[in-house]
Amino acid sequence: MKRRWRNPSLVAGATIVCALAAAAAFGPLAAPKDPLAINLDLVFAPIGWAHPLGCDELGRDVLARLLWGARISLSISAAVVAVSVVVGSIIGGTAALLGGALDELTMRLIDVLLAFPGILFALALAAILGPGLLDLAIALCAIGWTGYARLVRGEILSLRERDYVVAARALGSRTGRLLWRHLLPALAGPLIVRTTFGVAAIIVAEAALSFLGLGARLPTPTWGNMLDEGRAFLLTAPNLTAAPVVAIGLSVLGFNLLGDGLNRALDWRG
Amino acid sequence: MGSYVARRILALVPVALGVATLTFAVIHLTPGDPVIAMLGENAAPTDIEGLRHALGLAQPLLRQYLTFLTRLARGDLGRSIVSGAPVAKLVLERLPATLELAAAALCVAILIAFSLGFLASLRPGSGLDLGAMGLAVLGISVPHLCLGPLLMIAFSLRLGWLPLSGRGGLQHLVLPAVTLGVGMAAIVARILRQSLLEAQAQDYMRTALSKGLSRHVALVRHAARNAATPVITVLGLETGALLTGSIVIEQIFSWPGLGRLMLQAIGSRDYPLVEGCVLAFSFSYVLVNLVTDLLYAAMDPRVRLG
Repeated sequence: MKRRWRNPSLVAGATIVCALAAAAAFGPLAAPKDPLAINLDLVFAPIGWAHPLGCDELGRDVLARLLWGARISLSISAAVVAVSVVVGSIIGGTAALLGGALDELTMRLIDVLLAFPGILFALALAAILGPGLLDLAIALCAIGWTGYARLVRGEILSLRERDYVVAARALGSRTGRLLWRHLLPALAGPLIVRTTFGVAAIIVAEAALSFLGLGARLPTPTWGNMLDEGRAFLLTAPNLTAAPVVAIGLSVLGFNLLGDGLNRALDWRG
Repeated sequence: MGSYVARRILALVPVALGVATLTFAVIHLTPGDPVIAMLGENAAPTDIEGLRHALGLAQPLLRQYLTFLTRLARGDLGRSIVSGAPVAKLVLERLPATLELAAAALCVAILIAFSLGFLASLRPGSGLDLGAMGLAVLGISVPHLCLGPLLMIAFSLRLGWLPLSGRGGLQHLVLPAVTLGVGMAAIVARILRQSLLEAQAQDYMRTALSKGLSRHVALVRHAARNAATPVITVLGLETGALLTGSIVIEQIFSWPGLGRLMLQAIGSRDYPLVEGCVLAFSFSYVLVNLVTDLLYAAMDPRVRLG
């Protein structure tokens, strides 16, 4: 049992994710430079002791912007995934438990939404809602919930036929108790794994939409914004681009490893 | 085959209608007023009313929807607010660049995926297999957004082999196509390896080997065709993803395609143009799915007869 929790993916993923979370939580305090402070003496300052990752085109400290960006990017992604999971689970669970025409209707709606390319949908929504963090989050939630709804519905439909659930129902458990005592614990595993992969996907989607100019307004430091701003100075200051690239890549890697590790640890068939 | 093709094409009608309806719904039902967004909060009420009438937004929604559909059926996507040119013309001007990029990425992806997949399936568990699949995992986990700038820094800035951005000759195509194609290559390589290994475990492979065919010939002649079906499915799904993935790639590499047109339209609040771009992307997506289904049927008789 314990060996399952020591698989290398899980350890590496958990380490990266914890380090990122710590950097996002405490980094801005530990490196108390203002990510928005413009200093024209430091324009494109090279990498050095005072500015470990150099300064950008307005003399702003890249490390400070990266750490504040971690805070914004990670908290937005976590919030979007949390909302998507809750909304998706409620919709998927309701569809599965009530069944009939409602179930049919929900699934057709999800089919249409999934047939429509996700980023296109988010782009069109963000275009109408206008640039801004909250609007970006709404657009990401609008495409995010469908996967979870499908997962929860499928799991409930299959769990419902398991012997122990049938037995509990035969013994007179009501739907609420059945859900709480028997279905939710069995659902938690797949849902946690899916959620972890979901965070990685949303981090990329958030960065992509910010990069495309539909996320937080400039000069807010998010990783996507930093990529967008750094693009113009790739020739002279590649560190402006490299910093957010590494940050995004590392977070995606961390959450994917964690998801993979959790999948192995929680899969009691394996 | 003929009747299968006809059925599949007929089945496109409701899908296309669904896609068009969803596009209309996203643009017209989302809270927020496009007219105020275009003119600004402080615009004169008469200007707002004037533009609302000019865009046909003053009519009831159902009426707008029907107008939208009848014009769409005639290939009329309206006019751009900014330039006044027909949206269909603007979209068609940019479409070739995006298709060129997607086609090049598809070639890159197939080339990499087939080499890695075949190599890995030759000796499962060997160093070659582990190396190829390690590369594939890496390819899946690196987002476009990160790979693009990394390739630019390495191959344009440091080595100076390839141009940094823009569209021109074949050299301009290499970096964006590789960036777009690598993720797909990695996914397809894994599926190809898996299905080749499964096909090799079948009885007909033992027969082929026992009648004296070499492993390579047996692999290419017998296993490959049977391994093709899952690979085609994934290729189709991923080609759809290539089209939308190109939006980010076009922005990274300043590639003058449909994606950049759409971003410009979003930036200037040119709603008819945004609508046209979304429709062009989603219809291409639907068409790619159709081609996949047809290929699928051509490879596997069970699909078209079943």
